[in-house]
Amino acid sequence: MDVFSDPVNRQAFLDGFAMILKLTAASALLSLALGLLLAACRVSPVPVLRAVGAGWVHLFRNTPLTLIITFCFFGLYSAMGVKFSDDIAVNNYWLAVVGLSAYTAAFVCEAIRSGINTVPIGQAEAARALGLTFSQNLRLIILPQAMRSVVAPLGSILIALTKNATIAGVIGVMEASSQMKQLINDNGDAAVEIFAVFALAFVVLLVPVGYGFSALANRLVVRR
Amino acid sequence: MSASVLYDHPGPRARLRNRALSVVVVALLLAGAYWVYRAFDAKGQWDWKKWQPFFQEMPNPGGAPVNVWTDYIVPGLVGTLTAAATAMVLALAFGLLFSVARLSEHAWIRVPSGMVVEFFRAVPLLLMIFFLVYGGYYVFGTAVPAFWAVVIGLTLYNGSVLAEAFRAGIRAVPGGQAEAAYSLGLVKSQVMRLILIPQAARSMLPVIVSQLVVVLKDTALGYIVAYSELMLEGSKIYANYNNVVPVFLVLAAIYIVINATLTLIAHLLERRANRRGVATPAARLGAANAAASGVGGGGGA
Repeated sequence: MDVFSDPVNRQAFLDGFAMILKLTAASALLSLALGLLLAACRVSPVPVLRAVGAGWVHLFRNTPLTLIITFCFFGLYSAMGVKFSDDIAVNNYWLAVVGLSAYTAAFVCEAIRSGINTVPIGQAEAARALGLTFSQNLRLIILPQAMRSVVAPLGSILIALTKNATIAGVIGVMEASSQMKQLINDNGDAAVEIFAVFALAFVVLLVPVGYGFSALANRLVVRR
Repeated sequence: MSASVLYDHPGPRARLRNRALSVVVVALLLAGAYWVYRAFDAKGQWDWKKWQPFFQEMPNPGGAPVNVWTDYIVPGLVGTLTAAATAMVLALAFGLLFSVARLSEHAWIRVPSGMVVEFFRAVPLLLMIFFLVYGGYYVFGTAVPAFWAVVIGLTLYNGSVLAEAFRAGIRAVPGGQAEAAYSLGLVKSQVMRLILIPQAARSMLPVIVSQLVVVLKDTALGYIVAYSELMLEGSKIYANYNNVVPVFLVLAAIYIVINATLTLIAHLLERRANRRGVATPAARLGAANAAASGVGGGGGA
């Protein structure tokens, strides 16, 4: 642990993971909101809205995240002049969040849509028989039941998002993998030790999240 | 449940409302499209000289004329497909080996292989690729080529995901199959090799194809470590002709066409498997993983 006895290196490690958490938190909230909206579009009675939802999903699910985030920098920012802040680090952070959220929302949408499909038809039919409208049906009857079976897939999406946040490094956000690359470049002889520390930090961070979500999903599941 | 169960068959009023909503949404979409068009226009993204390289050979002072398709895009695509195919073949072998190991009756095989699978599923792909590229020289005494860094990273990650899917697939084979095989006098390895794996493999085909999409998308990480794949070759185009936006639109279209085709094939295979009554409980697990995968987008999940 020689490398990490140097406070500068320890700080680099901590900064890298703090950035991963910041990227994940902002993108998780944005992609959940956007994904929910897209899922509502995909099951709505308006054909145009269904097409919008399907179009988004097919567009973003089939494009590499590396390309999306790189485009956010070179396309949105450099070429088109979209700017969130004068501070370049803050600006790159938000550009990465935009890319991560647009990409992850497509997966959230599909998870919620398949969750909706697990709710028995009788529920929706009973709601319609009571005279509920589409939005009441979705909001009061279907989504509350669907969200229970969506917990597990949303957990895997959150884990994927956390790991995907490392790709923000491609546009210069100093997240964990960029910090690790820097540390290995400066202390090559300790490459294995540095990789082990960063990799185990991800394991320690993500394995409990996985088990936590499975436990939660088991508790919430509707046994039919 | 089909979506249409969520709402009644539209009557006259609902039809009117849906039509009004459609008009509003289309108007908003058109307004958005126009705004994007104007923004592109203001930055000169529609200029012919930015799109010209895609439609004709470009003069190259002191050399043969440049055709971006044959000089950059096709070689890039070959790089992408080579890495994806190599990684997929290796990941299948890795996945098969570790799924069987995790089902072993011996704890000294089962537990360590379980840890290996959990480890590689939790570590971001980019972290592994960086370690191989930048730390490879110090660890192995020789630099790891970018191609192998990408392929090894993809193999370990996707192999671990496939191992979990295979394990679910093998366990989904009805118990009577193994019992019947044992009663015929087959030994453990024969039961696994001759009875369980062939049956599980049929139900795993859709999962394997959808995992291929994840692998293909993740090869784009090669761009970060300068492996000559589609994105890296594309970046050479916009470095020469200063046309970032057109290049990204073309690259995205190529990825989307390939991946959408693969996804379609996976769906067809799954439908066929369901029609034939092959149980695909693992298919759902695979789909969730694919979602997660993102790194799939990158190291995805």
